[in-house]
Amino acid sequence: MAAAAGAPILEADRITRILPGRVPVTLVEDVTLSFTAGEFVAITGPSGSGKSSLLYLLGLLDTPTSGKVSIDGRDTAGLDPGARADLRLEYLGFVFQFHFLLPEFTVLANTLIPMRQLGRLSDGDMRDRAESLLVSLGLGDHMTKRPDQLSGGERQRAAVARALANDPPIVLADEPTGNLDTRNSGIVFDIFAGLVHDQGKTIVAVTHDMELAARAARQIRIVDAHVVRDEGGAARPVQPAPSG
Amino acid sequence: MNLIVDIALTHLRGRLRQSVVAMAGIATGVGFSIGMAALMEGSQQDFVDTLIDATPHIVIKDEFREPRKQPVDQLNPDGAVALRGVKPKEELRGIRNARARLAEVEKLPGVTAAPILRGQVVMRFGGKDIAASLIGIEVGREKKVSSIEDDMRSGSLDALYRVANGVVMGNGLADRLGARMGDTLTVSSPAGTILKMKVVGLFHTGVVGIDNAESYALLKKVQVLQNRPNVINQIRIRVPDARRARPVAKRIENLVGYRSESWDEANEGFLEILVIRNIIMYTVVGAILMVASFGIFNVISTMTHEKTRDIAILKSLGFREAHIRRIFVIESLCLGLLGCALGWLLGWALTGILAAIEIDVRSLTEMKRLPVLFSVWHYAIATAFALTAAVFAGWLPARRAARLDPVDIVRGAA
Repeated sequence: MAAAAGAPILEADRITRILPGRVPVTLVEDVTLSFTAGEFVAITGPSGSGKSSLLYLLGLLDTPTSGKVSIDGRDTAGLDPGARADLRLEYLGFVFQFHFLLPEFTVLANTLIPMRQLGRLSDGDMRDRAESLLVSLGLGDHMTKRPDQLSGGERQRAAVARALANDPPIVLADEPTGNLDTRNSGIVFDIFAGLVHDQGKTIVAVTHDMELAARAARQIRIVDAHVVRDEGGAARPVQPAPSG
Repeated sequence: MNLIVDIALTHLRGRLRQSVVAMAGIATGVGFSIGMAALMEGSQQDFVDTLIDATPHIVIKDEFREPRKQPVDQLNPDGAVALRGVKPKEELRGIRNARARLAEVEKLPGVTAAPILRGQVVMRFGGKDIAASLIGIEVGREKKVSSIEDDMRSGSLDALYRVANGVVMGNGLADRLGARMGDTLTVSSPAGTILKMKVVGLFHTGVVGIDNAESYALLKKVQVLQNRPNVINQIRIRVPDARRARPVAKRIENLVGYRSESWDEANEGFLEILVIRNIIMYTVVGAILMVASFGIFNVISTMTHEKTRDIAILKSLGFREAHIRRIFVIESLCLGLLGCALGWLLGWALTGILAAIEIDVRSLTEMKRLPVLFSVWHYAIATAFALTAAVFAGWLPARRAARLDPVDIVRGAA
């Protein structure tokens, strides 16, 4: 699963997304990006700039109107929704602004859901993994609680645990700290930094908080559907769009 | 437990009250369908059984299905000759050479037959004149073809031999005359003969048309009364399997030439009513179950609306559309299955209650209790229908939920 060093794990090749309608809205236009394993990337930009839309395209939740997204070297253009769902399950973890935990399930059960859906581990192994994940995120005492019994920061950490359940190489976060206070926001970013540093995961986080964004190694700024700045990306500037 | 099933059950537990209501809807539908089917088919069965018991399985009559062919038609079957205004010959009515035909019929395996002379008479008792059918029988043979002996309320058929001019009649007929056992009636025939006859037996078959209008006497006496010596105008036949009387009747008709009616042909009108009744029943049962399935549709539909966020997150985690659909179809299937199980109990209880109700109905046949029939088929059909309706009712909202675009929800919530 881990990509060879240097090879991009996630690539966007000239992707454009236009919402059809009476007045078509361009969400993302002609964006080319590539991410390698172990990168911590922050995407910033004013509201409505298309940074979340870009994240959904990278996360295969949305399909580009033109261009293509590749994961681990695999071109995802033309895949049916089912195949894209399978890729999401295995390669991607999502953290949203809202925790989106299933309200009737305990924190542990929520963490187990992606693993049970993938079905690679035995029941016991799944449980062990979920428990160690939750312990490592400081939720060891809250495993049997339901989401409504947790604080905002704990819920978001539980959401991170769920995103990591299948040990995906890529974690995509959409305003993960949007509903959190400064302290908890810091904790979430600490966790992200740890994941990148210790486990070599690729983390792409959309945020409007410039201070937090500064903690990421690579910063991408989006204004009006275009990438206007991409710095810190391991000496890899924005690649010029190939002709054609 | 399977993850999909786990999520489905958790959803149902979360909406326990609505789930129970939807389940109760299905249970009521299934229960009443079963109860209704048991009653409908029970009464039908009861009616047919009474009919088969009380009437001969096959009757050979002194009639022909088609008018006798004229010689000109026999010679030129396809000729361009038409004979009009044919006047049938006045014949002495009755089955010709009846004894020989009786013997012929009895050669068929398992078939027993009895000759009778049936005719209309007027019975007079205490100033009342009542028209009735008087059937002349040979007691020994008659006992073999009909169950009239079992239906005797008082007296017996054998008493016809012991009393000079005995008559056995339906208890309804006796009531209409006001006659009791031992009373002597004046019986007159269309031929003008008058006979004093003594009531030596009363029967009760349960078929109102028979109990109110038929009576039996010895064949010889009736032949004298009707002034038709040695005439036999019907042969009554009993076959081993009454339900398959029709083909036997056809064979016998081919054999003897006279019109042979099986019990179901003779009562075709009533049996057709039963068919119509069944159509009505299944329509109503179908409607009940359909209405019940709306309850399921309602619950699943509400559920999908409430769970849009969950659906979006499950899809973003990597659930396929089919998985989401399966969750909600399983939910409706659970409601359907539990509803059916409850419905079986309800239907079973309802059947028991209906069977315990005492009634007093005399229409075609007489009923003392509501006749019910227990049949696994009623349960199977109601279940099949309810489950189909439940799955369909769940599948419609499930399909819509599965198509939901997670981006719309995630974007909207953010």
